[in-house]
Amino acid sequence: MAGVDEFARALEDTPGGGVVLTSIDAISNWARGHSLWIMPMGTACCAMELIAASFSRFDFDRHGSIPRPDPRHTDVMVVAGTITKKMAPSVKLLWEQMPEPKWCVAMGNCAVSGGIFHHDTYSVIRGVDEFLPVDVYIAGCPPRPESLQDGLLRLREKVRSESISPSRRRTVEGLLPLPGGEKR
Amino acid sequence: MTRMTIDELREHLCAAYPDLCPLFSVEFGDGVLLVDSARLREALEDLKELGFDRLGMVTAVDFGDEFELVYRLTSRSMRVGMFVKARVPRSIASVRSTVDLWPSADWQEREIFDLFGIVFEAHPDLRRILLTDDWVGHPLRKDYIDDSIIRRPDYL
Repeated sequence: MAGVDEFARALEDTPGGGVVLTSIDAISNWARGHSLWIMPMGTACCAMELIAASFSRFDFDRHGSIPRPDPRHTDVMVVAGTITKKMAPSVKLLWEQMPEPKWCVAMGNCAVSGGIFHHDTYSVIRGVDEFLPVDVYIAGCPPRPESLQDGLLRLREKVRSESISPSRRRTVEGLLPLPGGEKR
Repeated sequence: MTRMTIDELREHLCAAYPDLCPLFSVEFGDGVLLVDSARLREALEDLKELGFDRLGMVTAVDFGDEFELVYRLTSRSMRVGMFVKARVPRSIASVRSTVDLWPSADWQEREIFDLFGIVFEAHPDLRRILLTDDWVGHPLRKDYIDDSIIRRPDYL
């Protein structure tokens, strides 16, 4: 990305270059946001809802979200299910195989915080954000496909705020504050 | 052939092995043979000879100062099932393996070794099966402590 950063900086220094830069951003963000291919990291019952999401009743193809079994084809890792301590290295390996830019959705209570396995357990990771940079959290046990759809559309908003220029990247404020006052 | 009832099983067992007869009882409609851990192997061999040709399940229960091993046996010829239970002290948690009698015990005994730390002597491949190989401790023991465990608060 170093070459892209230099190109973006050169455009910003050029008079009138901002028009070109924002146009490139608009096109690339539109393309990325409307083709969020899903890496279905389904390990538990949330995976059933994730599977249902891509079939005819909910039909996520209309958003451009196609589930692909190969991490190298995908943009979004949807972690749907409980991640155990033994499973976590494999999830991390799959995440590292995905090409940039990539996003992560924690679907369901288990992926958000450990869910029903939060207390008194020895084997479960308490939230997939212990080792992955999660962009969207979807609560529910399991969440309905509509919730996943809402999460993907919010992720598209987040993608829309990105720029190829490092100085123009904005942060999207979530609706709810995180514990401790930090907003994401 | 019709299904054998518990009473018929008791009669059959008493006729073949009178020494096992007083250990037999009925719990929740199932035949239970509660044997001493030293005689467990002998009793299982006898039961296999009697016709219990299938070991459905092996598991363990932590009772604090001792562990209880639970074997679920079924017989295809007699069409009946029963439990065999034996208590081993926590300080010397070790029993003879039953893999040579029923091969299905292999992974079940590995699971018990993994989660309870009960050693099965003469097991062909006794190592952890569910947890990672570098895991410290045996999590299903009541006194297992792990830094990552968050205790459930009282209000939940």
